[in-house]
Amino acid sequence: MSACRLRFVAAALVAAALVAGCEKGPMDSIQRGYRGLGMVEIYNPNIEAAKWDANQPPPPLPAAAAGSPPASAVFKNLQVLNDLSVAELTRLMVAMTSWVAPQQGCAYCHAEGDLASDALYTKVVARRMLQMTRAINDGNKAHVANTGVTCYTCHRGQNVPADIWFLDPGPKTASGPAGNRAGQNAPAPAVGYASLPFDPFTPFLEQANEIRVVATTALPGGDHKSIKQAEWTYALMMHISQALNVNCTYCHNTRSFAEWDASTPQRAVAWHAIRTVREINADYLVPLKPVFPANRLGPTGDAPKANCATCHQGAFKPLYGAPMLKDYPELTRVGGVATAAGAAGVPASDVLAKVLFDTGRKNLGTDANAAIARVVDALKKNAALTVDVSGFADRTGNPEQNLQLAKERALAVRDALQGAGIGGNRINLKKPEFAIGGAEADARRVDVVAAK
Amino acid sequence: MAEYQNIFTTVQVRSPAYAGVPLGNSVWSRQGKGFFSYWMGKIGDTQVGPIYLGATGVASLIFGFIAIEIIGLNMWASVDWNPIQFIRQLPWLALEPPPPGYGLRLPPLNQGGWWLMAGFFLTVSILLWWVRMYRRARVLGLGTHTAWAFAAAIWLYLVLGFIRPVLMGSWGEAVPFGIFPHLDWTAAFSIRYGNLFYNPFHMLSIAFLYGATLLFAMHAGTVLSVSRFGGDREIEQITDRGTASERAALFWRWTMGFNATMESIHRWAWWFAVLCPLTGGIGILLTGTVVDNWYLWAMKHGVAPHYPSVFPPVPDPAALTGVVK
Repeated sequence: MSACRLRFVAAALVAAALVAGCEKGPMDSIQRGYRGLGMVEIYNPNIEAAKWDANQPPPPLPAAAAGSPPASAVFKNLQVLNDLSVAELTRLMVAMTSWVAPQQGCAYCHAEGDLASDALYTKVVARRMLQMTRAINDGNKAHVANTGVTCYTCHRGQNVPADIWFLDPGPKTASGPAGNRAGQNAPAPAVGYASLPFDPFTPFLEQANEIRVVATTALPGGDHKSIKQAEWTYALMMHISQALNVNCTYCHNTRSFAEWDASTPQRAVAWHAIRTVREINADYLVPLKPVFPANRLGPTGDAPKANCATCHQGAFKPLYGAPMLKDYPELTRVGGVATAAGAAGVPASDVLAKVLFDTGRKNLGTDANAAIARVVDALKKNAALTVDVSGFADRTGNPEQNLQLAKERALAVRDALQGAGIGGNRINLKKPEFAIGGAEADARRVDVVAAK
Repeated sequence: MAEYQNIFTTVQVRSPAYAGVPLGNSVWSRQGKGFFSYWMGKIGDTQVGPIYLGATGVASLIFGFIAIEIIGLNMWASVDWNPIQFIRQLPWLALEPPPPGYGLRLPPLNQGGWWLMAGFFLTVSILLWWVRMYRRARVLGLGTHTAWAFAAAIWLYLVLGFIRPVLMGSWGEAVPFGIFPHLDWTAAFSIRYGNLFYNPFHMLSIAFLYGATLLFAMHAGTVLSVSRFGGDREIEQITDRGTASERAALFWRWTMGFNATMESIHRWAWWFAVLCPLTGGIGILLTGTVVDNWYLWAMKHGVAPHYPSVFPPVPDPAALTGVVK
């Protein structure tokens, strides 16, 4: 009897030990792609509920009173926020204090008794961070859309964001002619405790090394990328997956990681994200190194830098996509200059491109992509330019289906423009129209026209 | 009466240790006189030893020891000779092949030179062990089936670590020595070459792998189920078919209309096991040398279907913006 009980207890202990590393279910699985392809996201509702609460933005401050005098007339040494009114500036300063230094207050950045002084390094950093935030919101819409970012996106009430990175020299190895880790083979949290390279950030998020490693042709050509390079890319992807708490299938169809026509739209967003992070690190954070005191620098003396986790912090969108920026429009303007530069010289109702399609098809061919690339070029050169996108259908066959197809073609062009980094607010979709004439190639088109 | 109804043998036969048939004109003799182990008797024969090492066995052990030393000491050096970290991090540690930049040239010791040496000594050790296996079978008057099955595994090992890297012109294409690292390498290999699941020889290899386990389970289940009729004396049943063989045959004939024989089932199992690494090795050998992206290859030749697209078309941002990286 007692031996039986002992055996039962032992079995229960073994069972408990076996499931100790497991999460309590049941899990939610969300199918996103075509059935049978494993295009599924898995979430644990127990964990997500707690994370949801922890990722809510603070309530917005009351709007600034209108009619306030320009801040530049009142405050000295105003280098960045000189386009705001006194009320707007004061409101933003109050918000920033609660976002970044709720314990220390104004004195965290401002020297005692002199708001204009740059004596504290924190003020110099904060100024540069404001420039960075405005640049991200204005110039990286392909990644941050109109949701945008604020100081709170990363800081969350802390002086230093929770997830930053430094150059990782790796674990100490012996000094003799043996024991080379080749930058990998350590249980590294940055890559999900895999034995993959433990610092994927320096080559890909600070420097701009090639991420693509998969052969682009079926048969061997001039592609000499190695398996070791694939391990580095793999490490970066592990980081992205962890930072966003998503599977590989959030962006990729794992039949083929490389093929864009099998990928989800999120992959294009992530592509722009990587470029955004490179800009953040190269243009803003790395150059701040001489400003920081030693205790803010990394083990090898480098500046703190950002990766995907700095903003996302385990959510597929930071703060689950809460549009904080709309309450703080002061964080979108660049350098106090309205972004109307270059508005002149755009002729009215100028057809920038005719994107042609095959009969009954809505996918973009090579010529279509080239036409879109020209539009993208024009939009990039002229920040004030917005475009109208309108689909045309021919009159042969079912008119309802034809109009639907015209709409889908216009959407495809819109998505391609957005995929190339053009903000959605610069693209207006027009109602589909019937083309005049018969079933000619010209009727199966989407016009991209410079808006008046 | 004693029964065999457990994974453990419940009956242990004890007699004076049997030294085996005379060795003939061998320079080496068997080591030890043999002893009895109660616990080994639980899962197999209760007599342990004597063992025959011979010249090839001793040489193989020496070469193998050197290889393990090179790998192990490099791993230990990679944690700065810390014994606790060596144990804790052991599954992550590795001895990596040279960086691809060295091609097939001899790299410095700490840039893959150790890896080349370890690979050389391990390969010699394995090949010597194969010779010893072949010779032991011949001396005992056996066929050499086991040696050739081992050779199939050696083929896969040589393709991965020697033949394919040489054809690709880079030692960096080879596998690291390490527990997790060689698994990560496998995943990276598949990613680099466009998904190994679309490699037909990989498909064959998987079919033979799972097929071998299925055959093993079917055969072991059959023999155990007729052991009460003497079915465990398989060799006798091959030449002199008794009621055990008859009942086993009837069982499968009634179940699926066809049955293997007491002899042919072993040929089935041997070929499935051997074809697993043989086809797998061919698949690895073709990767990068003949086919660079298995997904694109499979799409080109209609191996795998196109699926309807669910998402709006996602153009490559790099192609649209003209950015290469």
